[in-house]
Amino acid sequence: MAKELPETPLLDQLESGPWPSFVSGLKRLAKDNDMMADVLAHLETSYRTKKGYWKGGTVSVYGYGGGVIPRFTELKDENGKPLYPDAAEFHTFRVQPPAGMHYDTKTLRKLCDIWEKHGSGLIAFHGQSGDIMFQGIRTEKVQEAFDELNEAGFDLGGAGPALRTSMSCVGAARCELSCYDEQRALREVINSNLDDMHRPALPYKFKFKFSGCPNDCVNSIQRSDFATIGTWRDNIQVQNEYSRAYFKEHGMTDLVNDVVARCPTKAIRVMKKDEVKMEPQLSIAELDDELRLVIDNRDCVRCTHCLNVIRGGLLPGKERGVTILVGGKGVLKIGATMGTVIVPFMRLETDEDFEKLKELARNVLDFFAENALEHERIGETVDRIGLVNFLEALGLDVDPNMINEPRSNPYVRTDGWDQEAAKWIERRQREKQAA
Amino acid sequence: MAQMATAEPKKPRTPIESGAPDPMPLMHPLMRKNYGQWIYHDHPRPGVLMHRAKSGDEIWTVKAGTQRQMDVYTIRKLCDIADRYADGYVRFTARSNIEFMVADPAKVEPLIQALTEAGFPVGGTANSVSMIAHTQGWLHCDIPGTDASGVVKALMDELYDEFVKCEMPNRVKLSTSCCEINCGGQADIAIIVQHTKPPKINHDLVANVCERPAVVARCPVAAIRPALVNGKPSLEVDEKKCICCGACYPPCPPMQINDPEHSKLAIWVGGKNSNARGKPTFHKLVASGLPNNPPRWPEVAAVVKKILAVYKADARPWERMVDWIERIGWPRFFEKTGLPFTKYHIDDWRGARRTLNASAHIRF
Repeated sequence: MAKELPETPLLDQLESGPWPSFVSGLKRLAKDNDMMADVLAHLETSYRTKKGYWKGGTVSVYGYGGGVIPRFTELKDENGKPLYPDAAEFHTFRVQPPAGMHYDTKTLRKLCDIWEKHGSGLIAFHGQSGDIMFQGIRTEKVQEAFDELNEAGFDLGGAGPALRTSMSCVGAARCELSCYDEQRALREVINSNLDDMHRPALPYKFKFKFSGCPNDCVNSIQRSDFATIGTWRDNIQVQNEYSRAYFKEHGMTDLVNDVVARCPTKAIRVMKKDEVKMEPQLSIAELDDELRLVIDNRDCVRCTHCLNVIRGGLLPGKERGVTILVGGKGVLKIGATMGTVIVPFMRLETDEDFEKLKELARNVLDFFAENALEHERIGETVDRIGLVNFLEALGLDVDPNMINEPRSNPYVRTDGWDQEAAKWIERRQREKQAA
Repeated sequence: MAQMATAEPKKPRTPIESGAPDPMPLMHPLMRKNYGQWIYHDHPRPGVLMHRAKSGDEIWTVKAGTQRQMDVYTIRKLCDIADRYADGYVRFTARSNIEFMVADPAKVEPLIQALTEAGFPVGGTANSVSMIAHTQGWLHCDIPGTDASGVVKALMDELYDEFVKCEMPNRVKLSTSCCEINCGGQADIAIIVQHTKPPKINHDLVANVCERPAVVARCPVAAIRPALVNGKPSLEVDEKKCICCGACYPPCPPMQINDPEHSKLAIWVGGKNSNARGKPTFHKLVASGLPNNPPRWPEVAAVVKKILAVYKADARPWERMVDWIERIGWPRFFEKTGLPFTKYHIDDWRGARRTLNASAHIRF
């Protein structure tokens, strides 16, 4: 017998209006689920008093240390008894989604059935780290619910000082700007380091994110400790059919205002066909029979703006790979920081390339585990020790693409200058020979 | 009965550490077939995308907003729509929109109609105000200063037209966060709790609940120190130093930072994750002191709508919020939005001098 629905005059006001209402969803669940009836009363209390009433604790499944977010009510009467006993425990499962967040309806229905049977029936697609969040289960049900989810092919995500669940953009599945197989990269890196996710023992959280191009749709530079962003090294590719179509529809004013003037490095010019001198670093797109859009790829920083505007007319080059940045994080404790470049470019096509990415990811995780202070993100560690020490520990070469500008103060000891200069010259020669 | 009493306890099941599932079997077959082979996309109308592959195949996507926090009945309704009007496949975006993919363009209109009739707004593509990235709030978080799903519902009701119309100069991404940790993330416009008073400490509980050295270490300004209060080991806060950030609260709940009256809401603008044009940027504080006013937070909605209206009217095509402000400058931003400029806008955290104007570039 289901509980009577509680009075929720404040929450009721969130049932009107055109956007889908989560309150209506909670109420629908509460018809058959006593936990949700009490959760509604619990939430209504927060709306009335403007305070939260959940506290953490320890709940996990056999074999794992993380992945369940425990919640116990703090709304109790004078005898310490929960005011809303069916909401006394309201734990969440963090579950890793398929890379790229693709689902068929059979799988979604199965997830619903499992959660309806064992939990509250409330599921969030998805949390800010990318997890499917199965919200609302009692401690005694946790193991059996997990067993069913696990048998269905799903695994818990990260919580606490651990490797966290990852995200990749839609990428190669449906985007012309994808520069690598994002979904494979995510699974190769994350699934080879699951021990650090399931048994939290790192100094603090560690997040990987995978974006297919510099538009960075999963926000990897700002939101991940290790950002893998697709890019290309050679010339922007041209599809004249589409660049002509753009020009025909938009004309010269849009081309100048939206494309040429917005190039951050002024790498784009509009030229007459006869004025264009063929040079190997130029991408030349036909606008009509007379005019050409000319991009000097040596000046281009791969910001991707012109590719966004002239859809299909300009595409990433053929020599594709990734740029890797380390150290993005939120506010605590030094203020938000962005990731900065540690690898300007690496190919990511062959099995060998993916092995190299996995090796680098593992090395960064190992360095983090061994050197970060407690509750320190890798960006803060790099801040503390300096980028050069971090690069040397990982065996990565310094590169001018890692900085906005060289130092402007003399506070540095430079007695190794000649050796370092020789290293650079030797590296450049080696690279030239390889090319 | 006796047999049952002596039965061995069931051995726990060892988990299968399968990690992130393979998306390939769950992906629309046309996307699987043309994986990595896309060459073009079009945006024929708000909420609809058409992608073309090298093979000539075309796939049509219809995007709709959801409440993110979904009951199983809502999810099953979305599945029913996918089975009946689409090809049985969906995906979710990073901002909790749902996408239906169809191979046949004739299926687009009936799909849009079915979603609209079921109450799911179709939109969120290109130059729209996208769904608000958000957190857990009072529904599930252990340290929230406000709610998340409710703020988002209230705001998206107000911004509904901008979600379904795509009439902004460029994309607009919003986020909300229920404490200053900012789990909602960077955005063109971010709404974040801003505490204004130091934590109130329950000294009876500190010794039993908190690992005191860890709490001391969490404080960004070293304002917390161990102390003996009423004969009990506890912590004290130097209230002159305290910046009211709440970093001490998660490791030590007796340091109550949330205050129904004094925990306010602040609005930040100009965050951008994309590398397009300029490098990525963090959002900047523009307004604060807004009341935490459930269930619909009208004061917050008013400021957000004002900023959006000015941006929409004044920004040029392809200018994100940050690009627009870079062009017009901060003095004119405050003038046009009517928001007061105060001493609190001037940063004094480490590295803050980089945010000051070290030039004779002055706007009039």
